[in-house]
Amino acid sequence: MNAALFQYLLRLGDTSLVLGQRLGEWIGHAPALEEDLGLANLSLDLIGQARLLLTYAGEVEGRGRDEDALAYFRNEDEYRNLTLAEQPNGDFAQTIVRQCLLDAWQHEVYTALSGSSDARLAGIAAKSLKETKYHLRYSAGWLVRLGDGTAESQRRAQRALDELWRFTAEMFVADAVDAEIAAAGIGPPLESIAAGWVERVSAVLGEAKLVRPTDVPYSWHGKRGQHSEHLGYLLAEMQSLQRAHPGAQW
Amino acid sequence: MVNTAMTASTQGSEPLERAIWSLLEHVPDPEIPVLSVVDLGIVRDVTCTPGEPPRVSITPTYSGCPATAVIRRDIEHALHSGGHPDAEVLEVLSPPWSSDWLTDAGRRKLREFGIAPPAESVANPRRLFGPLIIACPRCGSTATERVSEFGSTPCKAHYRCTSCREPFDYFKCI
Repeated sequence: MNAALFQYLLRLGDTSLVLGQRLGEWIGHAPALEEDLGLANLSLDLIGQARLLLTYAGEVEGRGRDEDALAYFRNEDEYRNLTLAEQPNGDFAQTIVRQCLLDAWQHEVYTALSGSSDARLAGIAAKSLKETKYHLRYSAGWLVRLGDGTAESQRRAQRALDELWRFTAEMFVADAVDAEIAAAGIGPPLESIAAGWVERVSAVLGEAKLVRPTDVPYSWHGKRGQHSEHLGYLLAEMQSLQRAHPGAQW
Repeated sequence: MVNTAMTASTQGSEPLERAIWSLLEHVPDPEIPVLSVVDLGIVRDVTCTPGEPPRVSITPTYSGCPATAVIRRDIEHALHSGGHPDAEVLEVLSPPWSSDWLTDAGRRKLREFGIAPPAESVANPRRLFGPLIIACPRCGSTATERVSEFGSTPCKAHYRCTSCREPFDYFKCI
């Protein structure tokens, strides 16, 4: 069980960490100061969640690795985040589409995990859910403004949705880890959270006047360590200081 | 909170608990120094069991809030230099912090400092929908508009008053 729980915590924590790192790339570059602050705040919350989850993962693993060891000294194929989280920022529309799809996923996951049989994870989830609700309001609000905005913003939002939709299937396809976690009452069966996600996302897309793309077969398995080409570059930047100066602090 | 946690064996430590609470009331929040960590609802519990070090439980406002580490250090310093060198500080996550835990004194201090306090209770499910009515902390007008969902710290959003033109922070309801 500990092996499955370790993997499960890495999936949750790595998804938050990688998405938080991506959002941090916007700092100083966002379209307006308010969005610069907004994306940085989202990033901060996500990295905070990642710290709680990775600290717990390290304790479950029992090999003495803390949050920093897990964040800075694992290679790409040891990362377990959803492939969607590592996709590049692109333009503002692509960042918002990615954010909204993942916020809605976290909303379902954290809601279910708030009632987990694992009290520590339930506490982290209940804390994170409060933040996620705020994130979702931000990203869904922007998606509606972009989709139901000008012809250009509508075109870009639809293009981003068409580009990123193929990565969402990975959220709901269960493997042995997911099955073991669900059987233990720690996490939800993935099919049980899929319906809520589809309903929530469809409502936002409807209001945004965006067309939900067709589901397609997918070949990314970030949660098993098989990533797109983008993760390696993200980790190289995030980890370079600790790799060059292990244990450095300021 | 203190009283409900008491049992017959801890009754003798009640004055000690009160002394620690009053020490904590003088530890300011590093980002909003008009508020104490008690005003903010960050201090969850003080437990003094005879024969054991006093324990202070604190909870972060937001999981990524960089002030949490500073707050912990400031509380430890206040306890250790205030005559409780053996006191311990524990971090707890459950139940998660809520802006409902801001004390009434805290809300008043926020307004006087120029920050609009949370407008509604978290218990109201409507708070995430529809427009909130936020009064300007400077002139009291409710003719205000949101500039950004986010502000200078994780716990605040950015507003402006359309009556007196003052831009101001709003303490988010979470």
